[in-house]
Amino acid sequence: MNENPPILSLGDASELAALIRDKVDPALMGLSAGKLTEYLNHVGSSQPRTPGPDAGRLQRWQDDIIESTVPQGCSILDLGCGHGDLLVRLMDRKQVRGQGIELDPDAVIQCVRQGVPVVQADLDEGLKDFADESFDYAVLEQTLQTVRRPIALLQEMLRVARRGIVSFPNFAYWRVRLDLGLRGRMPITERLPYRWYDTPNIHSFTLQDFEDWTRTCGVRILSGHVLAEGQVRELRASDNLYAEEVLVFVERE
Amino acid sequence: MATTRPDVDPPDSPCSVGWTVPQTIRLATREDPFPLEVGGSIGPVDVEYETYGELNKARDNVILVTHALSGDAHVAGWDKTAEATGRLWRARKPGWWDTMVGPGKPLDTGRYFVVCANFLGSCYGTTGPSSPNPSTGKPYGLSFPVVTVEDWVRQQARLLDALGVARIRAVIGGSLGGQQAIEWALAYPERLDKCIVLAASPRLSTQGLAFNAVGRQTIMSDPNFNGGCYYDGPAPADGLAAARMLAHITYLSEPGMHDKFGRRLQDREQPAFSFGIEFAVESYLDHQGKAFVERFDANSYLYITRAMDYYDAAAQWGGGDLVEACRRVQSDVMVVSFSSDWLYPPAHCREFATALCQLGKPVTYVDVPSRYGHDAFLVEYDVVGSLVRSFVNNERRSS
Repeated sequence: MNENPPILSLGDASELAALIRDKVDPALMGLSAGKLTEYLNHVGSSQPRTPGPDAGRLQRWQDDIIESTVPQGCSILDLGCGHGDLLVRLMDRKQVRGQGIELDPDAVIQCVRQGVPVVQADLDEGLKDFADESFDYAVLEQTLQTVRRPIALLQEMLRVARRGIVSFPNFAYWRVRLDLGLRGRMPITERLPYRWYDTPNIHSFTLQDFEDWTRTCGVRILSGHVLAEGQVRELRASDNLYAEEVLVFVERE
Repeated sequence: MATTRPDVDPPDSPCSVGWTVPQTIRLATREDPFPLEVGGSIGPVDVEYETYGELNKARDNVILVTHALSGDAHVAGWDKTAEATGRLWRARKPGWWDTMVGPGKPLDTGRYFVVCANFLGSCYGTTGPSSPNPSTGKPYGLSFPVVTVEDWVRQQARLLDALGVARIRAVIGGSLGGQQAIEWALAYPERLDKCIVLAASPRLSTQGLAFNAVGRQTIMSDPNFNGGCYYDGPAPADGLAAARMLAHITYLSEPGMHDKFGRRLQDREQPAFSFGIEFAVESYLDHQGKAFVERFDANSYLYITRAMDYYDAAAQWGGGDLVEACRRVQSDVMVVSFSSDWLYPPAHCREFATALCQLGKPVTYVDVPSRYGHDAFLVEYDVVGSLVRSFVNNERRSS
């Protein structure tokens, strides 16, 4: 078998540098040597990095923001509500009218145990059970990337609710990029701990992809937060590289 | 979900309600009869009911259980009067939902006052076709009026009135009992906090209507049926047994029957090449049919299956539109279906939940994975018990 010629050769570095300046995401060029070194030192271990000390607190960082953002007594439909933890919190602390949708029967039973109204249903079959604008908010927390038809679900979400709350892992996060780009491996990170064959994330996308979609579909991003380098903060322009996870509030224009 | 049946709780078990005595109340008289949904009225109406636990001072700890086609008011515990009343089968086993009702059980009698009444037209102590017609002194037979699910729910409401109960914490029922629970949420929305519907839909499917038609036909074509006037002679036992055999098939599922019986022969290694009982499944159905005849009245079977056929929540309360009907609902609702149920299939059970969703009313719908078919609502008591306990005990009103 013939060896393929190398695709990336650092021999003609100046030509390469010019090309990178032209073609590559400018944000990537700002990646610090420290970060790269940390990443490269980790390369070779096939295990996900061990969770940092803040992992527990950050596990549901989105819930804190949702709780502080939604008004008292509003109505919320949680799409893929899991065990109902978010709705319990919002029903108890903000007296919201909550309704969950969940496919997994065991999770549904947990919802009932927590006193959360939940309908066992498949989001891939749409939200035809629900009338137009019947909720103030619909939530898609870490769910969009797991469904078969994400765009259809986003559209359904903004049909049944006046506003959408969407959180998702950003597959343009720099560690994820380097895993695939430099190592040629499907990324495994602290917050994306799955291997390619057991991941529920069947539609990987990036913050930039999502922003593109909002522009083409007449959807406005009202506010955004990210988890970046262990910190939760407001969304910034360069976050397609730095955000590990994203939370945005959206509405139709 | 796999479940193993525990040994029944004996009457002296701390988990059993113990010995029970059925009670009877006259809810209507000949002079002041009970009005019926399809017109006319009936009187007197005597109702047999049972209660478990204590009614608290605030009278707000009441759970109404609504029974299914062949059920009775004897939900839990051991009938002290089984011998005296000739209900010998009750001496062998506790009430039909003893797994659900008792001290510490999902419907905890240490906390709740649980009530169940035998419905009009049945044959377990409440006025039915085998009761004497006051104008002739003989059993009603087919002169008994047609009764409906709506009548039963009104009858239960009257019983609660008589017991001094204005509002109930929950109504719960499975199958035809679940249809009564639906009717409760629509007919008396202001009288209940929670409604639990197990393996039941707002109306019976076409296939369900067909099964009931065959069941009634086997009864009415029994040579002993005699237009329903058989109380002086032999009962249409073969017809009733065949109806029960057919019904039992609808209570199981294809995979469930396969698991339980396969193609095993009954008590033999080789087929006998006869028309006797060859296969284990035949033996099971034969036994179910014969046991049923000992405890059920054929005319009651006709009336009750008809009530099941006629019930249509959408027609009754929404001019045919279930969403319109559900505007009335004020209670928290939980609908539970079972994946292999083909008598009340999940998609049909879900319709009630969907209508409530359409109105933005909070609702819980669970489709329990099970191979036990329609019977799952009784057999899957671990998961059903867990759901019911959580839902009934939950203090957070979601609406």
